[in-house]
Amino acid sequence: MDFLRPASWEEALAAKAEFPTAVPIAGGTDVMVEINFDHRRPEYLLDLNRIALLREWEVAEDVVRLGASVTYTQIMENLRTELPGLALASHTVASPQIRNRGGVGGNLGCASPAGDSHPALLAAGAEVEVESVRGSRLIPIDEFYTGVKRNALAADELIKTVRIKKADGPQQYSKVGSRNAMVIAVCAFGLALHPETRSVRTGIGSAAPTPIRAKTAEEFLNAALDEGGFWESGKVITPSIAKQFGDLASGAANPIDDVRGTAKYRRHAVGIMARRQLVWTWEQYRGSGNGRSLEGAA
Amino acid sequence: MRVNFTVNGRQQEADDVWEGESLLYVLRERLGLPGSKNACEQGECGSCTVRLDGVPVCSCLVAAGQVEGRDVVTVEGLAEFAKQREQHGHGGACGTGGACGGKGGVTLDEARQWSAKGADSRTGEGVELSAIQQAFIDAGAVQCGFCTPGLLVQADALLEANASPSDEDIREALSGNLCRCTGYEKILDAVRLAAARQGEAV
Repeated sequence: MDFLRPASWEEALAAKAEFPTAVPIAGGTDVMVEINFDHRRPEYLLDLNRIALLREWEVAEDVVRLGASVTYTQIMENLRTELPGLALASHTVASPQIRNRGGVGGNLGCASPAGDSHPALLAAGAEVEVESVRGSRLIPIDEFYTGVKRNALAADELIKTVRIKKADGPQQYSKVGSRNAMVIAVCAFGLALHPETRSVRTGIGSAAPTPIRAKTAEEFLNAALDEGGFWESGKVITPSIAKQFGDLASGAANPIDDVRGTAKYRRHAVGIMARRQLVWTWEQYRGSGNGRSLEGAA
Repeated sequence: MRVNFTVNGRQQEADDVWEGESLLYVLRERLGLPGSKNACEQGECGSCTVRLDGVPVCSCLVAAGQVEGRDVVTVEGLAEFAKQREQHGHGGACGTGGACGGKGGVTLDEARQWSAKGADSRTGEGVELSAIQQAFIDAGAVQCGFCTPGLLVQADALLEANASPSDEDIREALSGNLCRCTGYEKILDAVRLAAARQGEAV
Protein backbone atom coordinates (compact mmCIF):
# COMPACT_ATOMS: atom_id res chain seq x y z
CA MET A 1 0.00 0.00 0.00
CA ASP A 2 1.15 3.52 -0.75
CA PHE A 3 0.11 6.57 1.20
CA LEU A 4 -0.23 9.60 -1.05
CA ARG A 5 -0.14 12.96 0.69
CA PRO A 6 -0.92 15.72 -1.77
CA ALA A 7 -0.30 19.18 -0.35
CA SER A 8 -2.69 20.91 -2.72
CA TRP A 9 -5.88 20.26 -4.64
CA GLU A 10 -3.96 20.26 -7.93
CA GLU A 11 -1.58 17.63 -6.58
CA ALA A 12 -4.53 15.55 -5.40
CA LEU A 13 -6.12 15.65 -8.87
CA ALA A 14 -2.82 14.71 -10.48
CA ALA A 15 -2.41 11.80 -8.07
CA LYS A 16 -5.96 10.58 -8.72
CA ALA A 17 -5.32 10.78 -12.47
CA GLU A 18 -2.10 8.83 -12.16
CA PHE A 19 -3.53 6.27 -9.72
CA PRO A 20 -7.25 5.97 -10.44
CA THR A 21 -7.61 3.09 -7.97
CA ALA A 22 -6.41 5.33 -5.13
CA VAL A 23 -9.00 5.51 -2.35
CA PRO A 24 -9.52 9.05 -1.07
CA ILE A 25 -9.45 9.32 2.71
CA ALA A 26 -10.53 12.42 4.63
CA GLY A 27 -12.26 11.76 7.96
CA GLY A 28 -11.51 8.08 7.59
CA THR A 29 -14.68 7.06 9.38
CA ASP A 30 -15.67 4.66 6.59
CA VAL A 31 -12.37 3.86 4.92
CA MET A 32 -10.47 3.03 8.11
CA VAL A 33 -13.19 0.64 9.28
CA GLU A 34 -12.83 -1.30 6.06
CA ILE A 35 -9.04 -1.38 6.39
CA ASN A 36 -9.10 -2.28 10.10
CA PHE A 37 -11.39 -5.21 9.34
CA ASP A 38 -9.41 -6.30 6.33
CA HIS A 39 -12.40 -5.80 4.07
CA ARG A 40 -10.37 -3.61 1.82
CA ARG A 41 -6.70 -3.33 0.94
CA PRO A 42 -6.42 -0.37 -1.40
CA GLU A 43 -3.24 -0.11 -3.40
CA TYR A 44 -3.12 3.60 -2.66
CA LEU A 45 -4.62 5.77 0.03
CA LEU A 46 -5.05 9.38 -1.04
CA ASP A 47 -5.02 11.58 2.05
CA LEU A 48 -7.09 14.74 1.61
CA ASN A 49 -6.50 16.17 5.10
CA ARG A 50 -3.82 18.56 3.91
CA ILE A 51 -6.05 20.34 1.43
CA ALA A 52 -7.39 23.43 3.10
CA LEU A 53 -10.00 24.31 0.49
CA LEU A 54 -11.88 21.10 1.20
CA ARG A 55 -12.40 22.25 4.78
CA GLU A 56 -13.86 25.61 3.83
CA TRP A 57 -17.39 26.70 3.13
CA GLU A 58 -18.81 29.79 1.54
CA VAL A 59 -22.29 31.18 1.93
CA ALA A 60 -23.30 32.83 -1.33
CA GLU A 61 -26.60 34.47 -2.19
CA ASP A 62 -28.54 31.33 -3.07
CA VAL A 63 -26.25 28.46 -2.26
CA VAL A 64 -23.76 27.25 0.28
CA ARG A 65 -20.57 25.92 -1.26
CA LEU A 66 -19.63 23.27 1.25
CA GLY A 67 -16.12 21.85 1.04
CA ALA A 68 -16.15 18.06 0.89
CA SER A 69 -14.27 17.70 4.20
CA VAL A 70 -16.22 20.22 6.27
CA THR A 71 -17.14 18.15 9.31
CA TYR A 72 -20.62 17.39 10.55
CA THR A 73 -19.74 19.24 13.76
CA GLN A 74 -18.92 22.37 11.77
CA ILE A 75 -22.16 22.09 9.81
CA MET A 76 -24.15 21.80 13.04
CA GLU A 77 -22.35 24.72 14.63
CA ASN A 78 -22.13 27.11 11.68
CA LEU A 79 -24.73 26.36 9.04
CA ARG A 80 -27.91 25.70 10.97
CA THR A 81 -29.67 28.73 9.52
CA GLU A 82 -28.63 28.21 5.92
CA LEU A 83 -28.90 24.43 5.88
CA PRO A 84 -31.32 23.43 8.64
CA GLY A 85 -32.13 20.01 7.17
CA LEU A 86 -28.48 19.08 6.74
CA ALA A 87 -27.65 20.41 10.22
CA LEU A 88 -30.34 18.16 11.69
CA ALA A 89 -29.06 15.22 9.67
CA SER A 90 -25.49 15.95 10.79
CA HIS A 91 -26.63 15.82 14.39
CA THR A 92 -27.84 12.24 13.90
CA VAL A 93 -24.47 11.06 12.60
CA ALA A 94 -22.88 8.54 14.97
CA SER A 95 -21.18 10.33 17.89
CA PRO A 96 -19.29 13.56 18.59
CA GLN A 97 -15.95 11.92 17.80
CA ILE A 98 -17.21 10.73 14.42
CA ARG A 99 -18.90 14.06 13.66
CA ASN A 100 -15.55 15.73 14.38
CA ARG A 101 -13.99 13.83 11.48
CA GLY A 102 -16.63 12.85 8.97
CA GLY A 103 -18.11 15.11 6.32
CA VAL A 104 -20.58 15.16 3.46
CA GLY A 105 -17.90 14.42 0.85
CA GLY A 106 -17.29 11.04 2.44
CA ASN A 107 -21.00 10.31 2.62
CA LEU A 108 -21.27 11.06 -1.10
CA GLY A 109 -18.10 9.18 -2.00
CA CYS A 110 -19.28 6.10 -0.12
CA ALA A 111 -22.84 6.56 -1.49
CA SER A 112 -24.34 4.15 1.00
CA PRO A 113 -28.15 4.24 0.85
CA ALA A 114 -27.96 4.68 4.64
CA GLY A 115 -25.74 7.78 4.55
CA ASP A 116 -27.32 10.32 6.89
CA SER A 117 -26.81 13.41 4.78
CA HIS A 118 -28.44 12.16 1.56
CA PRO A 119 -32.13 12.78 2.37
CA ALA A 120 -31.30 16.32 3.48
CA LEU A 121 -29.33 17.02 0.29
CA LEU A 122 -32.12 15.62 -1.89
CA ALA A 123 -34.76 17.67 -0.08
CA ALA A 124 -32.81 20.93 -0.10
CA GLY A 125 -31.63 20.54 -3.69
CA ALA A 126 -27.91 20.29 -4.35
CA GLU A 127 -25.21 19.81 -6.93
CA VAL A 128 -21.98 17.94 -6.39
CA GLU A 129 -18.94 19.72 -7.78
CA VAL A 130 -16.46 17.11 -8.93
CA GLU A 131 -13.13 17.72 -10.56
CA SER A 132 -10.37 15.87 -12.35
CA VAL A 133 -7.33 16.95 -14.33
CA ARG A 134 -9.74 16.97 -17.30
CA GLY A 135 -11.88 19.69 -15.76
CA SER A 136 -14.77 20.11 -13.39
CA ARG A 137 -18.49 19.43 -13.61
CA LEU A 138 -21.58 19.82 -11.49
CA ILE A 139 -23.63 16.68 -10.95
CA PRO A 140 -27.24 17.28 -9.84
CA ILE A 141 -27.87 15.37 -6.63
CA ASP A 142 -30.74 13.46 -8.28
CA GLU A 143 -28.26 12.00 -10.77
CA PHE A 144 -25.45 11.37 -8.32
CA TYR A 145 -26.53 8.09 -6.74
CA THR A 146 -26.35 5.34 -9.36
CA GLY A 147 -26.65 2.14 -7.32
CA VAL A 148 -25.94 0.56 -3.96
CA LYS A 149 -22.72 2.26 -2.87
CA ARG A 150 -22.20 3.54 -6.39
CA ASN A 151 -22.10 7.10 -7.60
CA ALA A 152 -21.60 9.09 -10.78
CA LEU A 153 -17.91 9.82 -10.16
CA ALA A 154 -15.40 8.84 -12.83
CA ALA A 155 -12.28 7.02 -11.67
CA ASP A 156 -10.08 10.11 -11.92
CA GLU A 157 -12.54 12.49 -10.25
CA LEU A 158 -12.64 13.82 -6.70
CA ILE A 159 -15.49 15.55 -4.89
CA LYS A 160 -14.57 19.18 -4.28
CA THR A 161 -17.68 20.89 -2.93
CA VAL A 162 -21.37 20.32 -2.56
CA ARG A 163 -23.48 23.28 -3.60
CA ILE A 164 -26.59 23.18 -1.50
CA LYS A 165 -29.48 25.56 -1.95
CA LYS A 166 -29.87 27.85 1.02
CA ALA A 167 -33.09 27.20 2.86
CA ASP A 168 -35.92 29.46 1.75
CA GLY A 169 -38.36 27.79 4.11
CA PRO A 170 -38.62 25.27 6.94
CA GLN A 171 -36.82 21.94 6.65
CA GLN A 172 -37.01 18.75 8.67
CA TYR A 173 -35.13 15.53 9.00
CA SER A 174 -35.76 12.36 10.99
CA LYS A 175 -33.97 9.10 11.33
CA VAL A 176 -35.20 5.84 12.80
CA GLY A 177 -32.72 3.82 14.81
CA SER A 178 -32.57 1.67 17.90
CA ARG A 179 -30.95 4.45 19.94
CA ASN A 180 -30.16 8.10 19.63
CA ALA A 181 -26.45 7.78 18.85
CA MET A 182 -24.16 5.42 16.99
CA VAL A 183 -26.80 3.92 14.75
CA ILE A 184 -27.00 3.23 11.06
CA ALA A 185 -30.38 4.44 9.94
CA VAL A 186 -33.16 1.87 9.74
CA CYS A 187 -34.67 4.50 7.51
CA ALA A 188 -34.58 8.28 7.29
CA PHE A 189 -36.63 11.05 5.75
CA GLY A 190 -35.98 14.67 4.90
CA LEU A 191 -38.43 17.35 3.85
CA ALA A 192 -37.89 20.92 2.66
CA LEU A 193 -40.54 23.52 1.93
CA HIS A 194 -39.52 25.94 -0.80
CA PRO A 195 -41.94 28.86 -0.52
CA GLU A 196 -40.07 30.84 -3.18
CA THR A 197 -40.93 28.29 -5.83
CA ARG A 198 -44.01 27.07 -3.97
CA SER A 199 -42.74 23.55 -4.04
CA VAL A 200 -41.78 20.77 -1.69
CA ARG A 201 -38.88 18.37 -1.96
CA THR A 202 -38.18 15.16 -0.10
CA GLY A 203 -35.46 12.63 0.48
CA ILE A 204 -35.66 9.02 1.63
CA GLY A 205 -32.69 7.21 3.12
CA SER A 206 -32.07 3.53 3.81
CA ALA A 207 -35.31 2.43 2.20
CA ALA A 208 -34.25 1.80 -1.41
CA PRO A 209 -31.04 0.74 -3.20
CA THR A 210 -30.05 4.40 -3.35
CA PRO A 211 -31.20 7.55 -1.59
CA ILE A 212 -34.28 8.73 -3.48
CA ARG A 213 -36.90 11.42 -3.60
CA ALA A 214 -40.55 10.58 -3.07
CA LYS A 215 -41.52 12.23 -6.32
CA THR A 216 -45.14 11.12 -6.53
CA ALA A 217 -45.69 12.39 -3.01
CA GLU A 218 -44.05 15.69 -3.92
CA GLU A 219 -46.21 16.08 -7.03
CA PHE A 220 -49.37 15.31 -5.12
CA LEU A 221 -48.52 17.78 -2.37
CA ASN A 222 -47.41 20.53 -4.75
CA ALA A 223 -50.72 20.22 -6.58
CA ALA A 224 -52.79 20.03 -3.40
CA LEU A 225 -51.10 23.07 -1.84
CA ASP A 226 -51.47 24.98 -5.07
CA GLU A 227 -55.12 24.13 -5.67
CA GLY A 228 -56.09 24.81 -2.07
CA GLY A 229 -54.25 28.13 -2.03
CA PHE A 230 -52.33 26.99 1.02
CA TRP A 231 -49.14 28.93 0.28
CA GLU A 232 -51.06 32.22 0.20
CA SER A 233 -53.51 31.60 3.00
CA GLY A 234 -51.11 29.74 5.28
CA LYS A 235 -54.02 27.70 6.54
CA VAL A 236 -53.65 24.43 8.38
CA ILE A 237 -52.84 21.37 6.29
CA THR A 238 -55.85 19.10 6.23
CA PRO A 239 -55.37 15.63 7.74
CA SER A 240 -56.38 14.00 4.47
CA ILE A 241 -53.61 15.80 2.57
CA ALA A 242 -51.06 14.87 5.23
CA LYS A 243 -52.21 11.27 5.20
CA GLN A 244 -52.14 11.00 1.43
CA PHE A 245 -48.67 12.55 1.36
CA GLY A 246 -47.45 10.02 3.93
CA ASP A 247 -48.98 7.12 2.03
CA LEU A 248 -47.38 8.20 -1.23
CA ALA A 249 -44.00 8.66 0.46
CA SER A 250 -44.35 5.20 1.91
CA GLY A 251 -45.13 3.89 -1.56
CA ALA A 252 -42.01 5.51 -2.97
CA ALA A 253 -39.82 3.46 -0.66
CA ASN A 254 -38.42 0.25 -2.06
CA PRO A 255 -36.79 -1.30 0.98
CA ILE A 256 -35.42 -4.72 1.85
CA ASP A 257 -35.52 -6.88 4.96
CA ASP A 258 -32.22 -6.83 6.78
CA VAL A 259 -30.77 -7.00 10.29
CA ARG A 260 -31.79 -3.43 11.05
CA GLY A 261 -35.43 -3.78 10.11
CA THR A 262 -38.01 -5.30 7.83
CA ALA A 263 -39.13 -3.84 4.54
CA LYS A 264 -42.66 -3.58 5.90
CA TYR A 265 -41.54 -1.60 8.92
CA ARG A 266 -39.41 0.72 6.82
CA ARG A 267 -42.28 1.48 4.47
CA HIS A 268 -44.51 2.19 7.43
CA ALA A 269 -41.96 4.39 9.19
CA VAL A 270 -41.20 6.42 6.06
CA GLY A 271 -44.90 7.23 5.74
CA ILE A 272 -45.14 8.30 9.37
CA MET A 273 -42.03 10.47 9.18
CA ALA A 274 -43.27 12.11 5.98
CA ARG A 275 -46.67 12.91 7.46
CA ARG A 276 -45.24 14.30 10.69
CA GLN A 277 -42.57 16.36 8.98
CA LEU A 278 -45.14 17.88 6.68
CA VAL A 279 -47.13 19.01 9.72
CA TRP A 280 -44.04 20.27 11.58
CA THR A 281 -42.65 22.22 8.65
CA TRP A 282 -46.03 23.56 7.63
CA GLU A 283 -46.73 24.79 11.15
CA GLN A 284 -43.36 26.51 11.09
CA TYR A 285 -44.19 28.06 7.71
CA ARG A 286 -47.48 29.33 9.07
CA GLY A 287 -45.44 30.93 11.83
CA SER A 288 -47.37 29.39 14.65
CA GLY A 289 -45.62 29.77 17.97
CA ASN A 290 -46.14 26.15 18.93
CA GLY A 291 -43.81 24.91 16.21
CA ARG A 292 -41.64 22.22 17.63
CA SER A 293 -38.00 22.85 18.24
CA LEU A 294 -35.70 21.85 15.43
CA GLU A 295 -33.54 20.05 17.94
CA GLY A 296 -33.63 16.38 18.70
CA ALA A 297 -35.33 15.20 15.56
CA ALA A 298 -33.24 12.04 15.49
CA MET B 1 6.94 4.85 6.26
CA ARG B 2 8.01 7.21 8.98
CA VAL B 3 5.55 9.46 10.78
CA ASN B 4 6.62 12.55 12.73
CA PHE B 5 4.11 14.11 15.05
CA THR B 6 3.69 15.63 18.47
CA VAL B 7 2.43 13.38 21.22
CA ASN B 8 1.58 14.90 24.57
CA GLY B 9 3.58 18.00 23.80
CA ARG B 10 6.76 16.31 22.62
CA GLN B 11 7.99 15.60 19.13
CA GLN B 12 7.96 11.88 18.33
CA GLU B 13 8.71 9.76 15.31
CA ALA B 14 7.37 6.34 14.52
CA ASP B 15 9.25 4.11 12.09
CA ASP B 16 8.23 1.22 9.87
CA VAL B 17 4.63 2.33 9.97
CA TRP B 18 2.43 0.38 7.56
CA GLU B 19 0.45 2.72 5.31
CA GLY B 20 -2.91 1.30 6.35
CA GLU B 21 -2.13 1.48 10.04
CA SER B 22 -4.27 3.49 12.44
CA LEU B 23 -3.05 6.19 14.79
CA LEU B 24 -4.24 3.95 17.61
CA TYR B 25 -1.88 1.17 16.52
CA VAL B 26 1.03 3.59 16.27
CA LEU B 27 0.37 4.93 19.76
CA ARG B 28 0.02 1.52 21.37
CA GLU B 29 2.40 -0.71 19.47
CA ARG B 30 5.08 1.66 18.18
CA LEU B 31 5.25 4.33 20.86
CA GLY B 32 4.39 2.08 23.81
CA LEU B 33 1.41 4.14 24.96
CA PRO B 34 -1.34 1.62 25.68
CA GLY B 35 -3.60 4.07 27.50
CA SER B 36 -5.80 4.50 24.45
CA LYS B 37 -7.71 1.26 24.27
CA ASN B 38 -8.28 -0.94 21.26
CA ALA B 39 -11.75 -2.41 21.34
CA CYS B 40 -14.08 -2.09 18.37
CA GLU B 41 -11.74 -0.67 15.70
CA GLN B 42 -14.74 0.90 13.99
CA GLY B 43 -15.41 4.09 15.93
CA GLU B 44 -18.35 2.64 17.84
CA CYS B 45 -16.96 2.47 21.35
CA GLY B 46 -14.85 5.60 21.88
CA SER B 47 -12.28 3.84 24.04
CA CYS B 48 -9.48 5.00 21.73
CA THR B 49 -10.46 8.69 21.91
CA VAL B 50 -7.54 11.15 21.70
CA ARG B 51 -7.27 14.84 20.90
CA LEU B 52 -6.03 15.51 17.37
CA ASP B 53 -5.07 19.17 17.07
CA GLY B 54 -7.34 19.64 20.06
CA VAL B 55 -10.33 17.85 18.55
CA PRO B 56 -11.55 14.61 20.15
CA VAL B 57 -11.46 11.79 17.61
CA CYS B 58 -11.39 8.01 17.52
CA SER B 59 -7.73 7.22 16.93
CA CYS B 60 -8.67 3.88 15.37
CA LEU B 61 -10.18 5.78 12.43
CA VAL B 62 -7.27 8.13 11.81
CA ALA B 63 -4.73 6.78 9.34
CA ALA B 64 -1.23 7.04 10.75
CA GLY B 65 -0.03 9.02 7.76
CA GLN B 66 -2.69 11.64 8.39
CA VAL B 67 -1.09 12.76 11.67
CA GLU B 68 2.23 13.78 10.09
CA GLY B 69 3.13 17.14 11.60
CA ARG B 70 0.05 17.22 13.79
CA ASP B 71 -0.55 17.32 17.52
CA VAL B 72 -1.97 14.41 19.52
CA VAL B 73 -2.85 14.23 23.20
CA THR B 74 -3.48 10.82 24.74
CA VAL B 75 -4.84 9.93 28.16
CA GLU B 76 -1.26 9.56 29.39
CA GLY B 77 -0.73 13.26 28.75
CA LEU B 78 -4.15 14.39 29.90
CA ALA B 79 -3.12 15.55 33.37
CA GLU B 80 -0.29 17.64 31.95
CA PHE B 81 -2.52 18.90 29.16
CA ALA B 82 -5.13 20.03 31.70
CA LYS B 83 -2.44 21.65 33.85
CA GLN B 84 -1.05 23.58 30.90
CA ARG B 85 -4.53 24.69 30.00
CA GLU B 86 -5.06 26.00 33.51
CA GLN B 87 -1.72 27.81 33.61
CA HIS B 88 -1.52 29.15 30.10
CA GLY B 89 -5.08 29.17 28.91
CA HIS B 90 -4.42 26.40 26.40
CA GLY B 91 -3.47 22.77 26.39
CA GLY B 92 -0.32 21.05 25.19
CA ALA B 93 3.19 22.37 24.95
CA CYS B 94 3.83 26.00 24.31
CA GLY B 95 7.62 25.88 24.19
CA THR B 96 7.81 25.67 20.41
CA GLY B 97 7.76 29.32 19.54
CA GLY B 98 4.53 29.94 21.37
CA ALA B 99 3.96 33.28 23.01
CA CYS B 100 3.58 31.61 26.37
CA GLY B 101 7.13 30.41 26.77
CA GLY B 102 5.99 27.64 29.08
CA LYS B 103 7.67 24.28 28.72
CA GLY B 104 5.06 21.58 28.71
CA GLY B 105 4.78 18.10 27.43
CA VAL B 106 5.38 14.60 28.61
CA THR B 107 8.25 12.45 27.41
CA LEU B 108 7.51 8.97 26.15
CA ASP B 109 9.20 7.47 29.20
CA GLU B 110 7.18 9.61 31.54
CA ALA B 111 4.03 8.78 29.64
CA ARG B 112 4.75 5.06 29.67
CA GLN B 113 5.28 5.11 33.42
CA TRP B 114 2.31 7.30 34.10
CA SER B 115 -0.09 5.72 36.54
CA ALA B 116 -3.21 7.05 38.14
CA LYS B 117 -2.35 7.02 41.79
CA GLY B 118 -4.62 9.91 42.50
CA ALA B 119 -4.43 12.32 45.38
CA ASP B 120 -5.32 10.67 48.62
CA SER B 121 -8.24 12.62 49.96
CA ARG B 122 -6.82 12.49 53.50
CA THR B 123 -3.12 13.00 52.96
CA GLY B 124 -3.19 14.85 49.67
CA GLU B 125 -0.33 12.69 48.45
CA GLY B 126 0.14 11.26 45.00
CA VAL B 127 0.61 12.39 41.46
CA GLU B 128 -1.34 15.23 40.07
CA LEU B 129 -4.42 14.32 38.17
CA SER B 130 -6.61 16.38 35.97
CA ALA B 131 -9.91 17.42 37.50
CA ILE B 132 -11.81 14.86 35.48
CA GLN B 133 -9.46 12.01 36.46
CA GLN B 134 -9.77 12.82 40.15
CA ALA B 135 -13.53 13.08 39.80
CA PHE B 136 -13.72 9.62 38.18
CA ILE B 137 -11.86 8.17 41.16
CA ASP B 138 -13.90 10.04 43.73
CA ALA B 139 -17.23 9.25 42.12
CA GLY B 140 -16.41 5.57 41.66
CA ALA B 141 -16.84 5.92 37.93
CA VAL B 142 -14.27 3.23 37.14
CA GLN B 143 -15.22 -0.43 37.10
CA CYS B 144 -13.20 -2.63 34.74
CA GLY B 145 -11.55 0.55 33.49
CA PHE B 146 -11.41 -0.32 29.82
CA CYS B 147 -13.64 2.52 28.67
CA THR B 148 -12.16 4.98 31.16
CA PRO B 149 -9.31 6.48 29.09
CA GLY B 150 -11.62 7.35 26.21
CA LEU B 151 -14.23 8.74 28.56
CA LEU B 152 -11.64 10.87 30.35
CA VAL B 153 -10.38 12.43 27.14
CA GLN B 154 -13.89 13.02 25.84
CA ALA B 155 -15.26 14.35 29.15
CA ASP B 156 -12.26 16.64 29.59
CA ALA B 157 -12.93 18.09 26.14
CA LEU B 158 -16.58 18.60 27.06
CA LEU B 159 -15.69 20.54 30.21
CA GLU B 160 -13.15 22.59 28.29
CA ALA B 161 -15.86 23.71 25.87
CA ASN B 162 -18.73 23.85 28.33
CA ALA B 163 -17.88 24.50 31.98
CA SER B 164 -21.35 23.77 33.31
CA PRO B 165 -22.95 21.16 31.07
CA SER B 166 -26.52 20.01 31.55
CA ASP B 167 -27.19 16.30 31.93
CA GLU B 168 -28.34 16.33 28.34
CA ASP B 169 -25.05 17.90 27.25
CA ILE B 170 -23.09 15.24 29.15
CA ARG B 171 -25.13 12.40 27.71
CA GLU B 172 -24.70 13.70 24.21
CA ALA B 173 -20.97 14.35 24.62
CA LEU B 174 -20.43 10.83 25.91
CA SER B 175 -22.81 9.15 23.47
CA GLY B 176 -19.91 7.74 21.50
CA ASN B 177 -18.26 6.10 24.51
CA LEU B 178 -19.52 2.68 25.52
CA CYS B 179 -19.13 1.20 29.00
CA ARG B 180 -19.75 -2.54 28.93
CA CYS B 181 -19.96 -2.56 32.74
CA THR B 182 -22.88 -0.17 32.22
CA GLY B 183 -21.56 2.16 34.89
CA TYR B 184 -23.04 5.21 33.24
CA GLU B 185 -24.68 6.74 36.29
CA LYS B 186 -21.37 6.99 38.16
CA ILE B 187 -19.71 8.31 35.02
CA LEU B 188 -22.34 11.05 34.81
CA ASP B 189 -21.76 11.73 38.52
CA ALA B 190 -18.03 12.10 37.87
CA VAL B 191 -18.53 14.62 35.08
CA ARG B 192 -20.98 16.61 37.21
CA LEU B 193 -18.48 16.50 40.09
CA ALA B 194 -15.60 17.72 37.94
CA ALA B 195 -17.76 20.52 36.56
CA ALA B 196 -18.86 21.55 40.05
CA ARG B 197 -15.26 21.59 41.32
CA GLN B 198 -14.17 23.61 38.32
CA GLY B 199 -16.94 26.07 39.08
CA GLU B 200 -15.81 26.39 42.70
CA ALA B 201 -12.20 26.96 41.70
CA VAL B 202 -13.04 29.89 39.46
